Amino acid sequence: MRGEKNLQSITTAHPDGIGGSPLRPDGTLKVRGEFAYSSDLWHEDMLWGMALRAPHARARIISVDISGALATPGVHAVLTHDDIPGSKYYGLEIQDQPALAIDRIRYHGEAVAIVAADHPETARRALAKVRVEYEVLPPITTEEQCLDPETYGYVHEPHEYKAHASGNIVHQQKVVSGRGVDDEVRALADVVVSGDYEVGMQDQAFLGPESGLAVPAEDGGIDLYIATQWLHVDREQIAPVLGLPENKVRLTLAGVGGAFGGREDLSMQIHACLLAQRTGKPVKIVYSREESFFGHVHRHPARLHYEHGATRDGKLVYMQARIVLDGGAYASASPAVVGNASSLSVGPYEIPNVDVLAVALYSNNPSCGAMRGFGAVQACFAYESQLDKLAAALGMDPVELRQLNAVSQGSFLPTGQQIDAPAPVATLLQKVKDLPLPPPLDLAHPDIREMPGALSNTSHGEGIVRGVGYAVGLKNVGFSEGFDDYSTARVRLEVIGGEPVAMVHTAMAEVGQGGVTVHGQIARTELGVERVTIHPADTAVGSAGSTSASRQTYMTGGAVKLAAEAVRQELFRLGRSRYGWTGNDLSLVGGKVVSASAGVLVSIADLLGDRAIDLTREHHHRPTVPFDKETGQGFGHVQYTFCAHRAVVDVDVELGLVKVVELAACQDVGKALNPLSVVGQIQGGSTQGLGLAVMEEIITREGKVRNPSFTDYLIPTILDTPPQPVEIMELADPHAPYGLRGVGEAPTLSSTPAIVSAIRAATGLALNRVPVRPEHLTGT
Amino acid sequence: MRVTFTANGREVEADDVWEGESLLYVLRERLGLPGSKNACEQGECGSCTVYLDGAPVCSCLVAAGQVQDRAVRTVEGLADPEHGLDPVQQAFIDAGAVQCGFCTPGLLVQTHDLLEREPQPSDNDIREALSGNLCRCTGYEKIMDAVRLASARVSSTPEVSR
Repeated sequence: MRGEKNLQSITTAHPDGIGGSPLRPDGTLKVRGEFAYSSDLWHEDMLWGMALRAPHARARIISVDISGALATPGVHAVLTHDDIPGSKYYGLEIQDQPALAIDRIRYHGEAVAIVAADHPETARRALAKVRVEYEVLPPITTEEQCLDPETYGYVHEPHEYKAHASGNIVHQQKVVSGRGVDDEVRALADVVVSGDYEVGMQDQAFLGPESGLAVPAEDGGIDLYIATQWLHVDREQIAPVLGLPENKVRLTLAGVGGAFGGREDLSMQIHACLLAQRTGKPVKIVYSREESFFGHVHRHPARLHYEHGATRDGKLVYMQARIVLDGGAYASASPAVVGNASSLSVGPYEIPNVDVLAVALYSNNPSCGAMRGFGAVQACFAYESQLDKLAAALGMDPVELRQLNAVSQGSFLPTGQQIDAPAPVATLLQKVKDLPLPPPLDLAHPDIREMPGALSNTSHGEGIVRGVGYAVGLKNVGFSEGFDDYSTARVRLEVIGGEPVAMVHTAMAEVGQGGVTVHGQIARTELGVERVTIHPADTAVGSAGSTSASRQTYMTGGAVKLAAEAVRQELFRLGRSRYGWTGNDLSLVGGKVVSASAGVLVSIADLLGDRAIDLTREHHHRPTVPFDKETGQGFGHVQYTFCAHRAVVDVDVELGLVKVVELAACQDVGKALNPLSVVGQIQGGSTQGLGLAVMEEIITREGKVRNPSFTDYLIPTILDTPPQPVEIMELADPHAPYGLRGVGEAPTLSSTPAIVSAIRAATGLALNRVPVRPEHLTGT
Repeated sequence: MRVTFTANGREVEADDVWEGESLLYVLRERLGLPGSKNACEQGECGSCTVYLDGAPVCSCLVAAGQVQDRAVRTVEGLADPEHGLDPVQQAFIDAGAVQCGFCTPGLLVQTHDLLEREPQPSDNDIREALSGNLCRCTGYEKIMDAVRLASARVSSTPEVSR
């Protein structure tokens, strides 16, 4: 196999432990073009796999004829669901998704057949010869249609693998606190604002396409080299479909080109394994960009109705919300997204009376699941829009209104959960507000590259107005609602070439976030060494859980810390038994065992000699409980995190174009284990929020995707993205390793409403939908 | 068909190339040079940018047959065998501009070309030059930092091999 440099261990030496910003261990490989992403792998005698995708959103499959495809020279296998040796269904939370369509098509682009051939073009031509006869059915695509299955039908027939007492509802969750919301509670408010909000379907749009290489093994198992977010949960879903025990399906993480939630579900994994199993040859699948848009779940589009009541002096009295999320054809992570959308629907505010219902629906739209911000993004757009509306109704400053109602340590959320760590929401807002504003557009000496859309010479500055907006959000960290979320780490300490070297082995998916850098820093801090080897992530060690929910530094970082501490204790035990040390004041510094009272005792190299200490530990976070079905009460989330944004925009009101001039953020990260990476996460997360605010949306018509390409689905370029000053706070969470807080998602929440707020400030328009498009600004 | 050209200064030859194959496919799958990336294969993301006879192009949009007898330089050819990493490569690492890194090879070639043309670009020059290269991880701030850093280093050490 070629291209496996990062599938082997990478060793780096650096003095910095946590709090420093050592360079990425994979950085040199990446800038040399030598880092093997999953699409770069290549095997002697390898075949190319490809899937045939349905051109309809809803249809019955009458027949599939693969004979023409099979007869194509260079084709080694053509498979349909009939060829699946094991279970035909899989899924993250509900096993409702067929690995290959069985008798129905439930979304545009669902895979019907797969082929393995000697060249991608051969595979493409063979697929064109598969004859599928469909009975096309009217798709169920709107909320009204989904909620009336008697008239419009079921996405999944009631008898299919899931009790369907609830029709097309995947999951719902209520949150009721205080007195709930009724006419008596409403009467307590002097000012009431309500609104209907809409969030479009956003795509993760990671750059590295879904891809991997499945290699048949001599024991009848499969070795899969794959870009994913969670090796072990992939294996749990793959093995039953292949009809293999889990220990015969071994996964190794190949280079991952971004993820953002889109790799939490399976894409091409099962297809590559099935083809490798059938042909006995290595099979590589690499999605095209178009197939990538069909092959992964997206962010749930949402419709949200919100009502807030407040006293004349601005204290919130009640909030009522109804949140409807379109989950698309298969459940994916929809139940957990609903849990987040409901429990985080109030935002970082104290509201005594709350009544919320969040629902995810099955439809014939593309499946939706995890994306950065996970259910909290949609709610944040609605509640922050509401807070602005309320501030206007009260004649108050929008930042002051937020600060007046902000949660702080000790506050109770509507789930009844008390915030038992710092929650500096009012301070974060103040800090972004106090940052200096960017200078006004210099219309006397214009550089057209600084004006909205002006590079195409459409404007010289006339019609441009500037606005400033603010927002703040509330996000949980880690898996919630009673999930036993844990991670495993193995740490080995040995002497190589006379120097102590720590090896870290986990199954954590490095998707670009820099976890591998942080693991080295933790090992250095705990073991007092400079040299650290990062072992490739694979299923030969216990699960690390998912690289999602802002949890990996907390969870796998926590596991590395535990394992390294155990290694340190074992080293001390060795020293005590050999040298008779009695004190309890030992530490490891600069490759030596140091006693606070007696100074340097011995070098690690001398103490270890040719022995190695190799220990594995699991890190579990404190237990949570499921939310009560009817009231939403319960200690459901492990940790909360907060980020505030200030956006400055220039809007060309004639062209309907927006240029974000600056996007400033302030976030409490508890403890910045790697400040360079933390700032990078905040800027990257903010930019995805910018995309949702002004450009990113998967457009469907009657369930069919109209823009599955980077030509038509627009993500921010460097010209669309402004300077992003970032200020971090470090108020330690007493419950977390090193006091840290998950960082990756919170900045994606508030940047969207901050930008829309700024556009409203510039234009005076209501703007209740994202992304904001030119026609919303020009009224055309 | 057979295609012969130079890749990073070395004469290379690819046999049995289909007429529809792109330069990107030939580099990645036939020549073992996977540094140029396959993110959109539509000329929209810039991840596959290489030098063709000294000018940056999206290699996904170049038919393999078009490079006959021409010179291609990929990200793998940026580092100097004697001096190690190119200043642009080093600056991307130092500034934290590499996260998942999938966009990095294309950005490196494009930045390398920018600094050859304009060693001290303004921020607007940088944004304009890199506007054809999508990055989904960084939010571009650290990429701006990296280009400024590379510019400062290149400008202060003109003798560095480029």
